[in-house]
Amino acid sequence: MIVFLTVLVAASTFGVWQRRRDGRVRPATPSDHADADTGERLSAAEIGAELGERATLVQFSSAFCQPCRAARATLAHVAADTEGVVHVEIDAEANLDLVRRLTVLRTPTTLVLDHTGRIVGRASGAPRLHDVRAALPA
Amino acid sequence: MQSTSPGVDPRGLRFAATLTTVVLAVALLTGSSWVLAAQTLVFAVGALAGPAASPYGRLFAWSVRPRLSAPKHLEDAAAPRFAQAVGLIFGLVGLAGHVVSVELVTYVAVGAAFAAAFLNAAFGFCLGCEIYLTYRRFIPSHHPNPTTEVAS
Repeated sequence: MIVFLTVLVAASTFGVWQRRRDGRVRPATPSDHADADTGERLSAAEIGAELGERATLVQFSSAFCQPCRAARATLAHVAADTEGVVHVEIDAEANLDLVRRLTVLRTPTTLVLDHTGRIVGRASGAPRLHDVRAALPA
Repeated sequence: MQSTSPGVDPRGLRFAATLTTVVLAVALLTGSSWVLAAQTLVFAVGALAGPAASPYGRLFAWSVRPRLSAPKHLEDAAAPRFAQAVGLIFGLVGLAGHVVSVELVTYVAVGAAFAAAFLNAAFGFCLGCEIYLTYRRFIPSHHPNPTTEVAS
């Protein structure tokens, strides 16, 4: 009984916390990386597509991923109606080196890049439309 | 028969997760190894034959699905199958705990499986699916799945 209740409370707490956190676009913290002045950067070659003139939305997906569909729809929508914004989807399983380097722990993970390829925002879980728009660099 | 089709109704997955949660709660509360064995068997069928072919999937197709409208979209069956396989491992570890009379092992294994099923049923959060990428980071697939083909 005690085990049952403990697990139930712990799982519920995690579920509520996870739901709040899921899909939030957080600003990238350059201090996470060695080159604190410039922040982590991705090149067109690394993501396999040209960078957008204003921003690039890099989505890491996998086959075993239910929310990737929703993330794809949201990001493609933003890319379609915002000038200079490009949506790039990367198969996480086929790009494990990039996944390890960027510490992508789950799919979907979305990175917001500015026009130089610098990572300025990051969301794990299907991102929310307003959050994505707000995270776009000027 | 939808068990041969590649997609599964997401509401069926949620239904199955709810049943799994209830059955594992009973297993946890009563300590019955028979209940746990039955659920482990369900996990095994789901992992080997796919979620639509598992007993809960069949029950959904027979009793619930006819009352619902067509699903808006179908889920890839690969993710829930992986999750069922993770459940199967927890179920087997739990049963092994019973066999060797180390109840702590059973409590941990069944508790973890119950937590995962509950998160799926109550929040739509598939823990097994989420840890898949972490698993792949250590053991890369030799057959990359082509569903999200992107230049690398």
